[in-house]
Amino acid sequence: MIHPSHFAAVLLFALCASTVFGITMRDTPRKMVRYGAYCFVLFIGSAIVLSWVMFLIAR
Amino acid sequence: MATTPNKPAVAGKSAQQGFVYLPLIAGWLVPGAGHFLLGKWGRGALLAVAVLTMFILGLGMQGKLYTSAQDILDLLGVAGDLGSGILYFVGRAAGWGSQPVQTTVADYGTKFIVVAGLLNIIAAVDAHNLRTGRKSS
Repeated sequence: MIHPSHFAAVLLFALCASTVFGITMRDTPRKMVRYGAYCFVLFIGSAIVLSWVMFLIAR
Repeated sequence: MATTPNKPAVAGKSAQQGFVYLPLIAGWLVPGAGHFLLGKWGRGALLAVAVLTMFILGLGMQGKLYTSAQDILDLLGVAGDLGSGILYFVGRAAGWGSQPVQTTVADYGTKFIVVAGLLNIIAAVDAHNLRTGRKSS
Protein backbone atom coordinates (compact mmCIF):
# COMPACT_ATOMS: atom_id res chain seq x y z
CA MET A 1 0.00 0.00 0.00
CA ILE A 2 1.17 3.51 -0.80
CA HIS A 3 1.18 5.95 2.14
CA PRO A 4 2.01 9.41 0.79
CA SER A 5 1.87 12.42 3.06
CA HIS A 6 -0.86 14.94 2.39
CA PHE A 7 1.58 17.25 0.60
CA ALA A 8 3.03 14.40 -1.49
CA ALA A 9 -0.52 13.48 -2.51
CA VAL A 10 -1.14 17.11 -3.49
CA LEU A 11 2.07 17.12 -5.58
CA LEU A 12 1.13 13.91 -7.41
CA PHE A 13 -2.43 15.09 -7.98
CA ALA A 14 -1.27 18.48 -9.26
CA LEU A 15 1.31 16.93 -11.59
CA CYS A 16 -1.16 14.56 -13.27
CA ALA A 17 -4.05 17.04 -13.42
CA SER A 18 -1.92 19.88 -14.82
CA THR A 19 -0.45 17.57 -17.45
CA VAL A 20 -3.95 16.81 -18.75
CA PHE A 21 -5.10 20.44 -18.44
CA GLY A 22 -2.03 21.70 -20.30
CA ILE A 23 -2.44 19.28 -23.21
CA THR A 24 -6.18 19.65 -23.59
CA MET A 25 -6.68 23.37 -23.03
CA ARG A 26 -4.01 24.81 -25.36
CA ASP A 27 -3.09 24.36 -29.02
CA THR A 28 0.68 24.56 -29.31
CA PRO A 29 3.31 22.64 -27.32
CA ARG A 30 4.85 25.83 -25.95
CA LYS A 31 1.49 27.09 -24.69
CA MET A 32 0.69 23.64 -23.30
CA VAL A 33 3.84 23.62 -21.19
CA ARG A 34 3.24 27.16 -19.96
CA TYR A 35 -0.41 26.48 -19.08
CA GLY A 36 0.46 23.14 -17.44
CA ALA A 37 3.10 24.86 -15.29
CA TYR A 38 0.64 27.63 -14.45
CA CYS A 39 -1.98 25.08 -13.32
CA PHE A 40 0.62 23.18 -11.30
CA VAL A 41 1.71 26.32 -9.45
CA LEU A 42 -1.92 27.28 -8.81
CA PHE A 43 -2.74 23.82 -7.43
CA ILE A 44 0.24 23.83 -5.08
CA GLY A 45 -0.05 27.49 -4.18
CA SER A 46 -3.74 27.28 -3.36
CA ALA A 47 -3.18 24.15 -1.26
CA ILE A 48 -0.48 25.94 0.77
CA VAL A 49 -2.52 29.13 1.19
CA LEU A 50 -5.68 27.24 2.19
CA SER A 51 -3.68 25.10 4.63
CA TRP A 52 -2.38 28.22 6.36
CA VAL A 53 -5.87 29.75 6.41
CA MET A 54 -7.31 26.61 8.04
CA PHE A 55 -4.38 26.49 10.50
CA LEU A 56 -4.98 30.10 11.55
CA ILE A 57 -8.76 29.59 11.81
CA ALA A 58 -8.27 26.51 13.98
CA ARG A 59 -6.04 28.33 16.46
CA MET B 1 -14.59 29.13 -63.06
CA ALA B 2 -12.16 27.87 -60.47
CA THR B 3 -14.72 25.86 -58.53
CA THR B 4 -14.31 22.47 -60.23
CA PRO B 5 -10.72 21.76 -59.05
CA ASN B 6 -11.94 22.01 -55.44
CA LYS B 7 -14.50 19.23 -55.82
CA PRO B 8 -12.10 16.28 -55.42
CA ALA B 9 -10.57 17.91 -52.37
CA VAL B 10 -14.00 18.37 -50.77
CA ALA B 11 -15.01 14.83 -51.64
CA GLY B 12 -11.74 13.52 -50.22
CA LYS B 13 -12.23 15.48 -47.03
CA SER B 14 -15.75 14.13 -46.51
CA ALA B 15 -14.55 10.59 -47.20
CA GLN B 16 -11.75 11.15 -44.65
CA GLN B 17 -14.30 12.20 -42.03
CA GLY B 18 -15.51 8.66 -41.37
CA PHE B 19 -16.93 8.00 -37.92
CA VAL B 20 -16.12 11.19 -36.05
CA TYR B 21 -16.93 9.75 -32.63
CA LEU B 22 -14.31 7.01 -32.86
CA PRO B 23 -11.54 9.02 -31.10
CA LEU B 24 -14.04 10.02 -28.40
CA ILE B 25 -15.09 6.43 -27.73
CA ALA B 26 -11.56 5.02 -28.05
CA GLY B 27 -10.19 7.77 -25.81
CA TRP B 28 -12.81 7.00 -23.19
CA LEU B 29 -12.25 3.24 -23.27
CA VAL B 30 -8.43 3.35 -23.34
CA PRO B 31 -6.69 6.46 -21.96
CA GLY B 32 -4.76 8.22 -24.73
CA ALA B 33 -6.16 6.03 -27.52
CA GLY B 34 -8.17 8.89 -29.04
CA HIS B 35 -4.99 10.88 -29.60
CA PHE B 36 -3.12 7.79 -30.83
CA LEU B 37 -5.81 7.34 -33.52
CA LEU B 38 -5.16 10.89 -34.68
CA GLY B 39 -1.40 10.37 -34.79
CA LYS B 40 -0.75 12.56 -31.73
CA TRP B 41 1.57 10.03 -30.16
CA GLY B 42 3.34 12.28 -27.68
CA ARG B 43 0.18 13.85 -26.32
CA GLY B 44 -1.57 10.50 -26.18
CA ALA B 45 1.30 8.95 -24.26
CA LEU B 46 1.41 11.81 -21.75
CA LEU B 47 -2.36 11.67 -21.24
CA ALA B 48 -2.27 7.90 -20.83
CA VAL B 49 0.57 8.13 -18.30
CA ALA B 50 -1.21 10.86 -16.33
CA VAL B 51 -4.55 9.01 -16.17
CA LEU B 52 -2.99 5.60 -15.51
CA THR B 53 -0.73 7.03 -12.81
CA MET B 54 -3.67 8.60 -11.00
CA PHE B 55 -5.74 5.43 -11.28
CA ILE B 56 -2.92 3.15 -10.08
CA LEU B 57 -1.94 5.53 -7.27
CA GLY B 58 -5.58 5.61 -6.19
CA LEU B 59 -5.75 1.84 -6.04
CA GLY B 60 -2.34 1.74 -4.32
CA MET B 61 -3.69 4.01 -1.61
CA GLN B 62 -6.51 1.48 -1.17
CA GLY B 63 -9.06 3.81 -2.68
CA LYS B 64 -12.54 2.54 -3.41
CA LEU B 65 -14.04 1.82 -6.80
CA TYR B 66 -17.68 2.86 -6.60
CA THR B 67 -19.93 -0.06 -7.45
CA SER B 68 -23.46 1.07 -6.67
CA ALA B 69 -25.25 4.33 -6.14
CA GLN B 70 -26.95 4.48 -2.74
CA ASP B 71 -27.23 8.27 -2.78
CA ILE B 72 -26.44 11.20 -5.06
CA LEU B 73 -22.79 11.42 -3.98
CA ASP B 74 -22.28 7.72 -4.73
CA LEU B 75 -23.92 8.28 -8.11
CA LEU B 76 -21.42 11.05 -8.88
CA GLY B 77 -18.63 8.74 -7.77
CA VAL B 78 -19.82 6.00 -10.12
CA ALA B 79 -20.02 8.53 -12.97
CA GLY B 80 -16.48 9.71 -12.27
CA ASP B 81 -15.12 6.18 -12.01
CA LEU B 82 -16.84 5.18 -15.26
CA GLY B 83 -14.79 7.87 -17.01
CA SER B 84 -11.75 5.62 -16.73
CA GLY B 85 -13.32 3.32 -19.30
CA ILE B 86 -11.79 -0.13 -19.49
CA LEU B 87 -9.72 0.47 -16.35
CA TYR B 88 -12.92 0.66 -14.32
CA PHE B 89 -14.36 -2.53 -15.80
CA VAL B 90 -11.08 -4.42 -15.34
CA GLY B 91 -10.87 -3.14 -11.77
CA ARG B 92 -14.42 -4.25 -11.04
CA ALA B 93 -13.83 -7.66 -12.61
CA ALA B 94 -10.60 -8.13 -10.66
CA GLY B 95 -12.14 -6.98 -7.40
CA TRP B 96 -9.76 -4.02 -6.99
CA GLY B 97 -10.87 -1.21 -4.71
CA SER B 98 -13.59 -3.25 -3.12
CA GLN B 99 -12.49 -2.71 0.49
CA PRO B 100 -14.32 -0.06 2.54
CA VAL B 101 -12.45 3.21 3.08
CA GLN B 102 -11.00 3.19 6.59
CA THR B 103 -8.04 5.56 6.46
CA THR B 104 -7.47 9.12 5.31
CA VAL B 105 -5.05 7.93 2.64
CA ALA B 106 -7.69 5.55 1.29
CA ASP B 107 -10.04 8.52 0.99
CA TYR B 108 -7.36 10.38 -1.02
CA GLY B 109 -7.09 7.25 -3.18
CA THR B 110 -10.83 7.20 -3.84
CA LYS B 111 -10.62 10.80 -5.03
CA PHE B 112 -7.60 9.99 -7.20
CA ILE B 113 -9.60 7.25 -8.95
CA VAL B 114 -12.60 9.52 -9.54
CA VAL B 115 -10.41 12.35 -10.85
CA ALA B 116 -8.53 9.93 -13.13
CA GLY B 117 -11.89 9.15 -14.75
CA LEU B 118 -12.83 12.82 -15.07
CA LEU B 119 -9.44 13.69 -16.60
CA ASN B 120 -9.86 10.82 -19.05
CA ILE B 121 -13.20 12.25 -20.16
CA ILE B 122 -11.54 15.65 -20.74
CA ALA B 123 -8.83 13.92 -22.81
CA ALA B 124 -11.41 11.98 -24.86
CA VAL B 125 -13.38 15.16 -25.59
CA ASP B 126 -10.12 16.84 -26.64
CA ALA B 127 -9.50 14.00 -29.10
CA HIS B 128 -13.03 14.47 -30.44
CA ASN B 129 -12.43 18.21 -30.86
CA LEU B 130 -9.22 17.51 -32.76
CA ARG B 131 -11.08 15.04 -34.98
CA THR B 132 -13.89 17.44 -35.83
CA GLY B 133 -11.54 20.40 -36.33
CA ARG B 134 -12.97 22.39 -33.43
CA LYS B 135 -9.44 22.44 -32.02
CA SER B 136 -6.85 23.35 -34.62
CA SER B 137 -3.88 21.22 -33.53
